[in-house]
Amino acid sequence: MKFKPLPKWLGLLPLSLIIFLSGCGQMTVLNPKGPVAQSQYDLIMYSLWFMLGIIVVVFGLFLYMVVKYRDRPGRDESDYDPNLHGNTMIEIVWTVIPLIIIVLLSVPTVTTLFDLEEPPVTENQTTEEPLVIHATTADWKWFFSYPEQGIETVNYLHIPTDRPIEFKLTSADAMTALWIPALGGQKYNMAGMMTKLYLQADEEGVYDGRNSNFNGEGFAAQTFKVHAESEDNFNAWVEDIKNESPELTMDQYNELLKPGLTEKMSFSSTHLEYVQHHSNEGMGYTVERFRELYGEKLHLDADEVEHQETFD
Amino acid sequence: MALDEFFVTGEPLIYAGMVSIALVTSAIIFLLTYFKKWGWLWREWLTTVDHKKIGIMYILSALVMLFRGGADALMMRTQLAFPGLEFLDSQHYNEIFTTHGTVMIIFMAMPFLIGLMNIIVPLQIGARDFAFPFVNAVSFWAFFLGAMLFNISFVIGGSPDAGWTSYTPLAGAAMSPGPGQNFYLMGLQLSGIGTLATGINLMVTILKMRAPGMKLFHMPIFTWSTLVTCFIIVFAFPILTVALALMTIDRIFGAQFFTLTGEGLPMMWANLFWMWGHPEVYIVILPAFGIFSEVIATFAKKRLFGYNAMVWSMIIIALLSFLVWVHHFFTMGAGAFVNSVFSVSTMLIAVPTGVKIFNWLATLYKSRIEFTVPMLWSLAFIPSFILGGVTGVMLGMAAADYQFHNSYFLIAHFHYVLIAGTVFACFAGLVYWYPKMFGHKMNERIGKWAFWLFLIGFHICFFPQYFLGLDGMPRRLFITNIAEWLPLNVISTVGAFGMGAGFAVFVFNIYYSYRYSEREKTGDAWGHGRTLEWSTTTPVPFYNFATVPYVDEIDPYVRMKEEGKTTFDEKKLKPIHMPSYSGQPIIMMSFFALASFALVFEWIPLAIAGLLGGVACMAFRSFDYDDGYYVQVDEIKRTERKARGL
Repeated sequence: MKFKPLPKWLGLLPLSLIIFLSGCGQMTVLNPKGPVAQSQYDLIMYSLWFMLGIIVVVFGLFLYMVVKYRDRPGRDESDYDPNLHGNTMIEIVWTVIPLIIIVLLSVPTVTTLFDLEEPPVTENQTTEEPLVIHATTADWKWFFSYPEQGIETVNYLHIPTDRPIEFKLTSADAMTALWIPALGGQKYNMAGMMTKLYLQADEEGVYDGRNSNFNGEGFAAQTFKVHAESEDNFNAWVEDIKNESPELTMDQYNELLKPGLTEKMSFSSTHLEYVQHHSNEGMGYTVERFRELYGEKLHLDADEVEHQETFD
Repeated sequence: MALDEFFVTGEPLIYAGMVSIALVTSAIIFLLTYFKKWGWLWREWLTTVDHKKIGIMYILSALVMLFRGGADALMMRTQLAFPGLEFLDSQHYNEIFTTHGTVMIIFMAMPFLIGLMNIIVPLQIGARDFAFPFVNAVSFWAFFLGAMLFNISFVIGGSPDAGWTSYTPLAGAAMSPGPGQNFYLMGLQLSGIGTLATGINLMVTILKMRAPGMKLFHMPIFTWSTLVTCFIIVFAFPILTVALALMTIDRIFGAQFFTLTGEGLPMMWANLFWMWGHPEVYIVILPAFGIFSEVIATFAKKRLFGYNAMVWSMIIIALLSFLVWVHHFFTMGAGAFVNSVFSVSTMLIAVPTGVKIFNWLATLYKSRIEFTVPMLWSLAFIPSFILGGVTGVMLGMAAADYQFHNSYFLIAHFHYVLIAGTVFACFAGLVYWYPKMFGHKMNERIGKWAFWLFLIGFHICFFPQYFLGLDGMPRRLFITNIAEWLPLNVISTVGAFGMGAGFAVFVFNIYYSYRYSEREKTGDAWGHGRTLEWSTTTPVPFYNFATVPYVDEIDPYVRMKEEGKTTFDEKKLKPIHMPSYSGQPIIMMSFFALASFALVFEWIPLAIAGLLGGVACMAFRSFDYDDGYYVQVDEIKRTERKARGL
């Protein structure tokens, strides 16, 4: 039988992976801007070497078998053994090697998992007291409350660099997730719960943040910009908000909880005293009030999303 | 309810869908009437309890669902590659990705594999039908009517739009009012009951109806994979049934299991869903492994390497599949310890899976590979699946998963395992066993076109998505609104249309082969069959085996061929006991389908009427003393002699 050039080009895939990766300086997850994202980046790169190794071995064996043992005229009969069906030694080897790889992957995974439960520690400085920010979602917006500073922003976030941020996550309605890929992985916001996520920015800059967990029609527009700036600039910004922004009244907060999109806003007080969405009493707060509004359609298309200004 | 609330209005694409449904339905009705085929349809198909015919109906339905799910996918890809076109708005996109996921998993992958199991497993173990042929028909109609119920949602009432995972509280009555989500609940419930019944049915069939002498460790590997799958089905599906029922009671009768009000537990849904959902993934992948093992051994013309290891690795995978569900929501904040445990258990699955990969490679060692179309699908599976497997391990590393979760990295991963695993296996299995089902092969040349188009399209479509994920693109996003994401999305869309073209060529091949393929003369279509299904004649007589051979080894047909034995031993012929066809399964399930449809729109009196009708059918059945009939020796002789040209 004529030999058909079987998935030979598949052998190029791991190569293309390397080429791709070398050009991925721009890819957000692989371009960490803080210690949390850095530790996850390190773990990903560490695992990637094992994965590339596995791919190379399997692709190599695969190509060898497919090319060498294809049925072709004039093939040596001695290397055809239709009853060969087992070899205990080699089967043990290919069970034990993956097991070892799993152990090698598990150890850093578990240590990183436990590290991520604590505020990040950097080598040259002692842990600073984290800045607490409550991140609350309501269809389809973000509320960031700074209890120490007594201010609250909607749909944008300012943080100081080189200081751990302790996000206290909760939701007024559907389940969402806070994800700022440049600074680190995500965690869910859930009504009736409070989850904790530590992130930190080492570099000043503006980063993309979003809700990454699908929660209905306005999902694509539920994004925000993270402005990471020096301690001084951050404090100046806080002062500005305190002096210039209005207080957040309960009526206005209730208005904002209604499903829909809003512009960026800032307030010189927080909603935290009005309702505790993470408590058993507070988890139904929004749904009980605005139940009939959830059926209304936004008819959101490209234009509405562009109007969010968060993609500038 | 006003008519314009009942039908979905205002979307040109959906009007087009309505028109095409009306046209196709009238065309079918016209053709059946014109050719006077109604009686034939009823007698030969709608009332059948023959496992082979039921299997064919499963596969046909699955191909239709593959078309539907694929059309959904192409619409999504078009939207993502051309965000400026405003092809789909957010709501429409949300409905489409929800139905795409649900259709592909529940109404495509599972029925396709169950269809192949239906046809092949009894033949592989030397049985004449299922242990419960009537129940098998009930299962099929439950699946089919459930699938139809789910599919009409886009023209009647509106499609579900909360994702195939249907997470509460989003999917609850408060935030997703209207019938859409009820379609999801009732469609899955109805077909899920069918799947559960099939699981029990096949399990009993395999455990009790094997050929004389055939021990469990003599069974063909596809039958083994089916048995292991049945155990998963029997343990996992009740969880889904209960979870769906709880959410139905929530939505329709105002209970508070998963609601935000009344101190409900919305996160319990995620747990229940994935306690079923993760084993479900293995329900669709283990039979695929079984198919690849059969095809690779056949066209390598060599015994499967490491048969025992293959079996045990499947059993271990099945056990582990129940211990990893939390990895679908590492980000729920369960804490480092819980995440560590589930991280390690998840990665452990790579070990038995790796063993299987190496066994397949070792089967190729010292073999003589013949590159037929089923073999091409099976060979392409190995490198493609590895790319999905290693990224699966990366996702299993919980700390890194915080970055991968909900992103296109995850999308790429599970399409790499589900397409390269399950879909390739469905194609491989269908082409491989096609001559057994229809009496002719599929055209090899056209089949290779379909294969290469689909394979190349697949890699072009999904490989870039790993990088989109690493660049922070979340799943379920209806618009590519960050400029850097656009180029890779365009590439991905090109690949998706390549897959679409591959599928179209595949379907054309069904027609072409029906017209022009040479008809099979022997039962062993490929000439290298190793297991009992190849020992029967083609087409397979309705009783399968005139005489059931004695089996005491793996690959019994290899020795049978050497010794010139067949499944027709005139001296040993005895009358064969066969089940009677019955119209009861389709009628019974139609009543339950009616009840489900009524529940979707919360028309309680109609739902009660439907349920009572279904229960009445069950009562009627329990007084039905039709024990089947006997095929006489004369008739068997006539049939076999004709088929064997004696």
